[in-house]
Amino acid sequence: MAVPKRKMSRSNTRSRRAQWKARPVQLVPCQNRACKQLKPQHIACPTCGQYGGRQVVEPA
Amino acid sequence: MPTPTKGPRLGGSPSHERLMLANLATSLFEHGKITTTEAKAKRVRPLAEKLITKAKRGDLHNRREIMRTIRNKDVVHKLMAEIGPFYEDRNGGYVRITKTMPRKGDNAPMAVIELVSEKTATAEAEAARKTKFAKDQPKPAEAEAKAEETAEASDAVETTGETGEAPADQDAEAPVSATDQATAEPAEGGDPEAEAEKPAEDKKDES
Repeated sequence: MAVPKRKMSRSNTRSRRAQWKARPVQLVPCQNRACKQLKPQHIACPTCGQYGGRQVVEPA
Repeated sequence: MPTPTKGPRLGGSPSHERLMLANLATSLFEHGKITTTEAKAKRVRPLAEKLITKAKRGDLHNRREIMRTIRNKDVVHKLMAEIGPFYEDRNGGYVRITKTMPRKGDNAPMAVIELVSEKTATAEAEAARKTKFAKDQPKPAEAEAKAEETAEASDAVETTGETGEAPADQDAEAPVSATDQATAEPAEGGDPEAEAEKPAEDKKDES
């Protein structure tokens, strides 16, 4: 079985891990004009509970 | 041929998946709207639509076919008596899936799956107009059968079918609209919101 010849330096490890970044979630304003809160796309608004002009869920 | 489902079965084994989907469909028809994970909602939709199609046909054979999946007789009755007739003028797309926020705890993507409670735009327009386009008219044999019921209006049906604008037909218009209304209203009787027409059956379901 192939194995690493050298121990990976702390620097290399940390340089690699430095690229692990969290991205902000893409949010859009709610289509409901009375609400306009930011929400993830293609999802019923968690604030007003509407999607596509239709009440889908109870607002939280 | 429909594409086979990719990936593992829900719940681990084919029989477990069948049971889970049957239970989900039962809950959907019982409540009209359920919240579940997106994956389950996507799997249960084809099953539910096929069951509604069977319910629309409404004969004994199809009732038995539904009973193979849905084991609750109350729900089967509701499906055959209310849900099936309600979708008489809708060709497929009886069920709507809307995604909602991920579940707290395991961040699973969730969705609300519901029976579409609106009539189609064309059905509503026809109800408002109280007539149908020539291409949507029932077969000539059925039309004649209806015309015989209203013996005087039989001529009026043909004349309005050809020249709907003629002012001379104003008197003849009324019986036509009456017959169309009579045919249109039983379809609306299946509306879950407007159940006033058959309260006796509803009480039976709830008890």
